Amino acid sequence: MTQYILRRIAVSLLVLWVIVTVTFFLMRIIPGGPFQGEKKLPPEIRKNIEERYKLNDPLLKQYGDYLTNLIHWDLGPSFKYKGQTVNDIIEKGFPISAALGGIAIMISLLVGIPAGIISALRQGRWPDYLAMFFSTIGISVPSFILATLLMYFISYKLHLLPSALWGSPKHVIMPAIALSGLPTAFIARLMRSSMLEVLGQDYIKTARAKGLPKIVIIYRHTIKNAIIPVVTYLGPLTAAILTGSFVVENIFAIPGLGKHFVTSIYNRDYTVIMGVTVFYSILLVTLNLLVDLAYAVIDPRIKLFEAKE
Amino acid sequence: MHFSAEMFRPLPREKKSTQEIVRPSTTYWQDAWRRLKKNPLAMAGLAFIIFLLLLATFGPMISPYSYSDQNLLNTFKGPSTKHWFGTDNLGRDVFTRVLYGARISLSIGIVASLVNFVIGVIYGGVAGYVGGKVDNVMMRIVDILYGIPFLLWVILLMVVIGPGLINIYIVLGVVYWLPMARIVRGQILSLKEQEYVLAAKTIGSSSRRILLRHLIPNTMGPIIVTMTLAIPEAIFTEAFLSFIGLGVSAPMASWGTLASEALSSLKSHPYLLFFPAAAICLTLFAFNFLGDGLRDALDPRMRK
Repeated sequence: MTQYILRRIAVSLLVLWVIVTVTFFLMRIIPGGPFQGEKKLPPEIRKNIEERYKLNDPLLKQYGDYLTNLIHWDLGPSFKYKGQTVNDIIEKGFPISAALGGIAIMISLLVGIPAGIISALRQGRWPDYLAMFFSTIGISVPSFILATLLMYFISYKLHLLPSALWGSPKHVIMPAIALSGLPTAFIARLMRSSMLEVLGQDYIKTARAKGLPKIVIIYRHTIKNAIIPVVTYLGPLTAAILTGSFVVENIFAIPGLGKHFVTSIYNRDYTVIMGVTVFYSILLVTLNLLVDLAYAVIDPRIKLFEAKE
Repeated sequence: MHFSAEMFRPLPREKKSTQEIVRPSTTYWQDAWRRLKKNPLAMAGLAFIIFLLLLATFGPMISPYSYSDQNLLNTFKGPSTKHWFGTDNLGRDVFTRVLYGARISLSIGIVASLVNFVIGVIYGGVAGYVGGKVDNVMMRIVDILYGIPFLLWVILLMVVIGPGLINIYIVLGVVYWLPMARIVRGQILSLKEQEYVLAAKTIGSSSRRILLRHLIPNTMGPIIVTMTLAIPEAIFTEAFLSFIGLGVSAPMASWGTLASEALSSLKSHPYLLFFPAAAICLTLFAFNFLGDGLRDALDPRMRK
C-alpha cells in the first residue's frame, strides 16, 4: 500500500513537471513576444522592459528561475497589469470560483446520483426513459448555451433572478445550474449503468434469497458498491466544472479565476495564462491523486489487484 | 493373427448432416445494422446528420446571400420570409451564417474523426501489439497528457499558434487521439493472444500485416463508437473556443462565434442566439444518440 502511494505521488510529480515544462516552452516560442503590440515601442523602453522581465537571459536560466520561483509558489508578475502578480490574481479569483464550483459539484452529485439510482431501479419504465432523455439533453447542451438561455428566460423574461454579477445567494443559482448541467447528466448515466451491473451480481441474488428487505438490499448491497465509479469520476468532474467556469463566469460577469483566465487570453497576458494553467494543473493532479488514494481505501479489490502486480 | 490390406475395404461414404445451416449467415455488420435500425433515437440522429451534411454542402450555394454580405440599412430584422433567421447587427443574413457554421462544425467533426482514426488507432495499435517497454513508454506519454483536461491543452496551444480554422484542426490533431489510443491498445492487448494471431504468425505474416489485416479490423466496433462520440466533443470544443475568442476569425461565422456575438444584444434580439444555439444542441444531440445507439448495436456483450 505504502509503495503504491509513493509510486502514485512520484507519477503525479512527473506529470506536473512535464506540464510546467511544456507550458514554459510553449509560451516562449510564441512569435513576437508579449511586448510587440500594435504600438511600436522606442528601443530603449523595450530594452528596459525586457531587462525588467529578464527576457534577455538565456532560455535555460529563465526556465531554471521559473522552476525555483514555482517551488516557492511565486508565479511572477502579470505582463499587462503593472504591479499585479499572478499570485494576486489567483488569490482574488480562486475563492469565488471555488465557492461557485463547490456548489455546482454538490448539485451535480445530489441530483445525478438519485436520478441514476431511480432510473436503474425502474429500468425500462417511464422514470428511466425520462431520466435518460434529460441526461442526453444535459450532455448535448454546452454550458455557455445553457447559461445564456437561463439568463434570457429567467432574468429577462421572468425577472426572477439577477442576470449578472456576484454577491448575494441569488447570484449563485443560475451560474451554478449552468455549470452543473453536464456533470449531473454524466453522473446520472454513470450511476445508472453501475447500478445495473451490481444488480446483476450473484450476491444480490443471495441477499434476496436470504429474505432481506428490499430497502436493505438497495442501500447496503447495491448503492454502496455502485457508487465507486462515481468516486473515480470526481477528478474529471472537477475538470469539467473548471473548464465550464471559463465561459459561465464570463457570461454572468463573475469576477472568478475563470473570467480572469479568459481575459488574460484576450489580452495575451502570457505570464497569467501560464501561471493559471500551472495552478489548475496542480489542483487537478492533486485531486486525481487524492481520488485514486481514496479509491484504494474504499474498494478492497483494488488493493488485491495492486498486491498481485 | 496377421492383418493384410485385402481384409479391409472402404465403406461407402455416408451422407450425414450433423449440423446444418438453415439460414443465410449474417455478418457482424449486418447484425449490427439490423439492431441499429430498431433504435428510433439513433436512426433519427443519423437522419439529422445526413440532412445537416446535405444542407451544409448545398445550402450556401442556393442561398441568395453570402455569409459576409453587409447591409447596414437592414440590421436587426427579425425572422421573415426574406431572411428566415433574421439579420444581425451588420445586416447579414443569419440563416446563411448558420449554414456556414454548419460547414465549419462538420468539417471539425470530420477532421476529429480522421485524427482519431489515423493517429489514435495506429498509436494504440502499435503500443498494444509491441507491448513491453515500448507500450510502457507510449502509454506513460498518454497518461501525462491526460493529467490535465483536453480543453486546457487546446486553449494553451491555441494561444500559442493563434486563432483560425486551420489552427483548430492542428490543435485537434495534437490532442484528440488520446482516448482512441487507450481504447485500441486495450483491445489489441487482449486480441493478440488469440489463436488466429498465432496462426498468422506461423505462416510468416509480418507484424504490420497482422496488425492491419487481423487485429485492427477486429477492433472496428469500439473504434467506430469512440469516433462517433469524439465528433460531438470536437464540435463542442470549436464552439467553446470560438465563444471565448480563440476560434475562427471574422467575418467567418461558426456556431460558437454566432452565439457569442448574440450575447451582447440578447435582451433585445434573442433570436440571434436561438438559431445557432439550436443548431449546436441538435447536432450534438444527434451525434450523441447515434453514438449511444452504435455502442449498443456493435457491442456483442449487449446482445440479448
